Amino acid sequence: MPRDVTVILITAAFIGASCFVDRCKTWNGLNKGAKMLNKLLPHLLLLLALVSVFLGIVSPETLMTLLGKEAGGLGVLIAALVGSIALIPGPIAYPLAGMLLQSGVSYTVLATFITTLMMVGVLTFPVEKVYLGVSITIIRNVLSFIGALLISILVGVLL
Amino acid sequence: MKRGERHKVPVEYGIALGLVIMIVVMRLLDMEIGRQMGGNLWLFSRQMIVLIPCIFALIGLMDVWIPNQWIQQRIGEGSGLKGAIYVVMLAVFQGGPLYGAFPVAHLLWKKGCSIRNVFIYLGAFSTLKAPMMLFEAAFLGWKFTLVRSAVALPVFIFIAEVMAAYSRRTGVQMNQLEADG
Repeated sequence: MPRDVTVILITAAFIGASCFVDRCKTWNGLNKGAKMLNKLLPHLLLLLALVSVFLGIVSPETLMTLLGKEAGGLGVLIAALVGSIALIPGPIAYPLAGMLLQSGVSYTVLATFITTLMMVGVLTFPVEKVYLGVSITIIRNVLSFIGALLISILVGVLL
Repeated sequence: MKRGERHKVPVEYGIALGLVIMIVVMRLLDMEIGRQMGGNLWLFSRQMIVLIPCIFALIGLMDVWIPNQWIQQRIGEGSGLKGAIYVVMLAVFQGGPLYGAFPVAHLLWKKGCSIRNVFIYLGAFSTLKAPMMLFEAAFLGWKFTLVRSAVALPVFIFIAEVMAAYSRRTGVQMNQLEADG
């Protein structure tokens, strides 16, 4: 909630300042923004529905058991898959990762989960392709997946 | 083909609506999974309903106020290390989910930012955001956060170089959006 207020205040401040300098230009800008939003909206709503369904099936409790201590080498694989597909906001993902750490999950598994979560987005594909195009989106995600695994292995070795 | 598409309601609306109806029905039947999904739907909707309009209002303003020349000079082709540092700084002090960064990245590219710098921006946005790193450090420790960031930096710069090379070789660019005009 406080974040929402901050975001609204910052946006309002910029709109106000812009209006003060040039009202016409501000209107043009907001109009452009609205047009872009309109174009994105169907993809965004699809993303919203997909994420809700996915995280309903793979709940935090399910994740705890999937990535748990007993998972072993399979843990990295599951972490990579779930992290790549899912879209979990930081304020939910990090406390979850903290709980996993306390329950004895290795740094490598945690790094895999966190980095794939951040860099790879299968569910966000509908939104990403609108801006980057299909081929660039696919290549970016594949490279990011490999990169995320590399990062996790290095983090595991270093820690 | 274009004319036919114009009148068509995007198929995404249909799929999204179908999924939402499914969630609502499962919720009404008081199924556990329906309650989970309904909770997520509510959580994400509330997050987006404020964030998304604000992001696009700011992007629209950036579009009209930031001169293309300014972007080209600082983070365009041949802007070198300095350009890379600029986009990393820009990304670090932002917040929000990665899907909010794609329209910004697209705007930068449209205004003359090089492909390499666009992907350095996305890389930094996904792995080095200051607000998220504070969160990460609080739950996983500073050592984990610093090591992960230090390792991530060269990796996403390498990815950006590959993307730039791919774009140069094949001529593939980002999507041109009609609404840009």
